[in-house]
Amino acid sequence: MIPELGHFALILTLLVATVLGILPLLGAQRNDAALMALARPAARLLFMLVLVSFGCLTWAFVANDFSVTYVASHSHSQLPLVYRITAVWGSHEGSLLLWGLMLTGWTAAVSFSRRLPDVFNARVLAVLGLVAAGFFAFLLLTSNPFERLLPAALEGEDLNPLLQDPGMVAHPPLLYMGYVGFSVAFAFSIAALIGGQFDAAWARLSRPWTLVAWLFLTLGIALGSGWAYYELGWGGWWFWDPVENASFMPWLAGTALIHSLSVTEKRGAFKSWTVLLAIAAFSLSLLGTFLVRSGVLTSVHAFAADPKRGIFILALLIFVVGGSLCLYAWRAAKLSGGGKFANLSRESMLLINNVLLAVVAATVLLGTLYPLLADALHMGKLSVGPPYFEAVFVPLMVPVVLLMVVAPFVRWRGHELPALVKKLLPALGASLLIGGAGAWATGTPSWRTALGLALAAWVLLGSAQLLWGRLTGQGTLMARLGAIPGSWWGMWLAHLGIGVFIIGVSLVKTMEANVDVAVKLGESAELRGYTFTLDKVVEAQGPNYTAMRGVVRVSHDGQTINVLHPEKRIYTARQMPMTEASIDAGIFRDVYVSLGEPVDASTWVLRLYYKPMVRWIWAGCLLMALGGLCAALDARYRKLAKIKAPA
Amino acid sequence: MHKLIVMLCLMLATNCYAVQTGSDLDARVAHLTEQLRCLVCQNQSIAESQADLAMDLKREVREMLEAGKSDAEVRDFMVERYGDFVLYDPPMKTSTLLLWLGPLVLFLAAIGAFIWRLRQRSREQDAAPPDEAELAKARALLTNKDEQ
Amino acid sequence: MKAKALIPLLIFIGLTVFLAIGLTLNPREIPSPLIDKPAPAFNLRQLNASGQALKLADMQGKVWLLNVWASWCVACRDEHPVLVEFSKRGVLPIIGLNYKDRDADALDWLQKFGNPYTTSIVDADGRVGIDYGVYGVPETFLIDGKGRIRYKQIGPITPEVLERELLPRIKELQGA
Repeated sequence: MIPELGHFALILTLLVATVLGILPLLGAQRNDAALMALARPAARLLFMLVLVSFGCLTWAFVANDFSVTYVASHSHSQLPLVYRITAVWGSHEGSLLLWGLMLTGWTAAVSFSRRLPDVFNARVLAVLGLVAAGFFAFLLLTSNPFERLLPAALEGEDLNPLLQDPGMVAHPPLLYMGYVGFSVAFAFSIAALIGGQFDAAWARLSRPWTLVAWLFLTLGIALGSGWAYYELGWGGWWFWDPVENASFMPWLAGTALIHSLSVTEKRGAFKSWTVLLAIAAFSLSLLGTFLVRSGVLTSVHAFAADPKRGIFILALLIFVVGGSLCLYAWRAAKLSGGGKFANLSRESMLLINNVLLAVVAATVLLGTLYPLLADALHMGKLSVGPPYFEAVFVPLMVPVVLLMVVAPFVRWRGHELPALVKKLLPALGASLLIGGAGAWATGTPSWRTALGLALAAWVLLGSAQLLWGRLTGQGTLMARLGAIPGSWWGMWLAHLGIGVFIIGVSLVKTMEANVDVAVKLGESAELRGYTFTLDKVVEAQGPNYTAMRGVVRVSHDGQTINVLHPEKRIYTARQMPMTEASIDAGIFRDVYVSLGEPVDASTWVLRLYYKPMVRWIWAGCLLMALGGLCAALDARYRKLAKIKAPA
Repeated sequence: MHKLIVMLCLMLATNCYAVQTGSDLDARVAHLTEQLRCLVCQNQSIAESQADLAMDLKREVREMLEAGKSDAEVRDFMVERYGDFVLYDPPMKTSTLLLWLGPLVLFLAAIGAFIWRLRQRSREQDAAPPDEAELAKARALLTNKDEQ
Repeated sequence: MKAKALIPLLIFIGLTVFLAIGLTLNPREIPSPLIDKPAPAFNLRQLNASGQALKLADMQGKVWLLNVWASWCVACRDEHPVLVEFSKRGVLPIIGLNYKDRDADALDWLQKFGNPYTTSIVDADGRVGIDYGVYGVPETFLIDGKGRIRYKQIGPITPEVLERELLPRIKELQGA
């Protein structure tokens, strides 16, 4: 009964979304207040309906209702309760429902924003309604999570063991919050295109929404990377896999969008570019969905390939992206104007950074789709992997990072080049010195380490100098601190995060070490001054798995620093083996052990990793997300938006 | 199904392992196998993969290097058998021209567009009247249109 | 309308065309670079009591199938009845390449499910498999009288594959 209720709620959702997508839009065109007034309640009802539907699916999982196909294929009566709940988004259908929940959640949140003029509000909500309508049609027609299984299964097939992990509990919701969050910026842009109204208020209003979406996406990507690091068992944190690229491209576009929005808001310039980026960020989110779920690319994370779904998402993509780009082409002429600025000015700096970020995103897209392109043109099957992406990504990002530090020092409208050079030359010189000295100090100097460290030093020194400039001068220190707006802190923290991230990446890349060794019980292996002693391997029993658990004593300079317990698990329901790495984490290094296969009764293979500074990678991402939060909470958005919003 | 491929690889895992000697050979094997794509678990390198075939190929790479073969010869050996698909680092040839030159072309085009934009803007500044007034006018017009 | 504003739309249309074509392709299937090239040489022990060796040269002048199989291979079970039926028609010699298997298991398997092979050869350490670019068992190679590989089937031979892909090619090669 309850699954049917959920199914019924989904059907109603589709109807309400269609109504929301059409009537307020008509109302806005005809200036019909009654039709426009439909938008707010319809948006909220939409969210309630999806919430009911989502609740029904969750109930089916909690209650082990194996008469529902989706539950039977992705749960098990012995699965711990928390994983039964998170199994809701453990595969295609349920994760789409989560996507839908987020989408309608964002829609409902927009409906509570009282700062938007009615016409604009009606259009924004209607655009979100149209997206939701297409999306729920897809869900209902090709991927209904409530489909019944007759006769019901006696037992479920269990959730994929890889997903039975705390990281996986939070990763999809965060990532989808980000993906779907860009739909708001998208809807703002489309609404503005329809109305032909682009003013500072439009940019100012869509900026906090975009920042929140961006910060969720940043966290989601970081969490996915962390999950891959400890769960896949080979110590990597980024593989340039299509599914990772699918999340990275919207992030790049979103990053460019945040910066472009700040120019549009403050100076009224780059409107056309901002609109295009808003369309791009959301389109790339949709494209990512297509790539991951249609099976056109091979990916570690690929969902079951189903051409029917592929065709449907492609149609959705054409409808949403094609439609908005047509609208853009039609309306772009209205998007000119903006304040004056000189060749060297904050505007020009942000523009060039934006353009470069767009090139990076396009390059990632090219690399990701190239195997498909080559195959479609009968040029053979080929692979584009990490060596390619690293070779093209690094040179493209170097100017971005270089300019990123310079931009905040440059004034709006125009700046004198000699003054700027004089100001930044000391930091530049110091960075080069630090890069060289740092690379030499690692013991294995390479130009990559030197470049990485010099860039990181450039970011950190630049940030320090920037803060210093804010804090010195007239007035008390406290007064000056208090005068710094949230969006400035946001920028500062996010840029600092990039610096921290670069330190992590460049040092882990050049100084990491790993070894596969066969170790007899009681004996030990060495890696980078750490001694790993395999004391014993014991059998262990989990709630739904059995494991061989290694007891590995890690010592450094003769002192035991930790006892690690890497496991090799067999999940009973699927009889699937899993390696569960065990990590001694530290600020400056991780020591990582994963248990391989037994060679004989008393010898096991151990995979040992030494990962210097690896935590800095995620610390950098956290700083970026924190920056996003500071900027989104900037009090000025709320106050000024109220005054400036056209009535 | 999520992560099916990874699971398959784990299922195929065997107790083959490479005996490490800690020499330069290890580093060469590691470097080379990281750039070769495993055909069974198609999104792992041979170095990462625990699949049976990956284990065999790691052994094969090690033996070829021990026999004094160059890295290029090992790569050729793999391409002869499995095609360009095994190379994570696609070689520069006609079919990959766009892949390798694309980023450079995009970069140059972007820089070109940027410079063009700046020039155009400076020319606009000379000719066009102040933007603010125009903006306000346009806004007023549009607001009127909406109200009609 | 400015022409420049159409650029994003045009790029998107181009992208869509490739995505649509992509839906019709199978990214997991890797065509062999060995097609129309001489089959790699081998000299392997046969899977029978005699244990005599079989060389590639021994098959010179015949059109034949090389079928890679193993007792541990699940998909081989699906393919097996098709091969057994096909072998009864005696169209051409089918040589089994018993890939990374144990003799006892392999013989047991043939006993249980029938033996479609003219003979099987033993590739215990998988080296010949590597030479033939085998990455997923079962795989089947069609080799002509001059010792060249003319076709490769990746994955199980189904009755459909047999009728549509293999038989027409075999007929053509035998006629030539």
